[in-house]
Amino acid sequence: MPSDAVFAALVIVSAALLISFVRLVRGPTLPDRVVAVDLIGTTSVALIVLGASASGERVFLDAAIVIALVAFLGTIAYAGFARKENRE
Amino acid sequence: MTTTTSLILRTGARVLMPLLLLFGVFLLLRGHNAPGGGFAGGLVVAAAYILHFFAFGLDAARRALLTRPERLIGSGLLLAVGSGILPALFGRPFLTSLWFDPARGIGTPMLFDLGVFLVVIGVVLIMTFTLAEE
Repeated sequence: MPSDAVFAALVIVSAALLISFVRLVRGPTLPDRVVAVDLIGTTSVALIVLGASASGERVFLDAAIVIALVAFLGTIAYAGFARKENRE
Repeated sequence: MTTTTSLILRTGARVLMPLLLLFGVFLLLRGHNAPGGGFAGGLVVAAAYILHFFAFGLDAARRALLTRPERLIGSGLLLAVGSGILPALFGRPFLTSLWFDPARGIGTPMLFDLGVFLVVIGVVLIMTFTLAEE
């Protein structure tokens, strides 16, 4: 059973995830959506770490490490793409 | 893609790439009786090379790979099939696990996982490099 602090943090992080998902769906321009995806990646890391803390499963932390190491790749790819578009 | 990339990206890639490679191999070796394995490890290693490509360009990424991705796919498939044929040479059914050291997970399943690992790296990098060339 997770402690009260972990439970509260889970609720808050889930709310943050939902709100960034709203930005992903509504976001008027493509950059807004890319930033939203990046934010969702970062928030999922927090969610997975909290889940690992709540369940006591240490292997969940590896998934968090992978997402933390890889999540920014999409943003970088988009940045390169946007720069290429601007130059042409 | 871009000829000049930012200093921050290049420095960050230099720090992150060894970490990603190490973590990919860690996932491969640990996959025997915990989450991970050849597929996840291969994806992480491929992500390391994709990061290198973003930071230093396509040619640098190809050079860093040391070999062509096609060869990785070929040798990976050969390893995976070889791990299946090896027990057949000892009169066991195809793909039976032969253990050298079961406690540490050293045996033919390790070979099979290594094959999957190489195939995944090769396939993902072929797709990325082909898309990048366009």
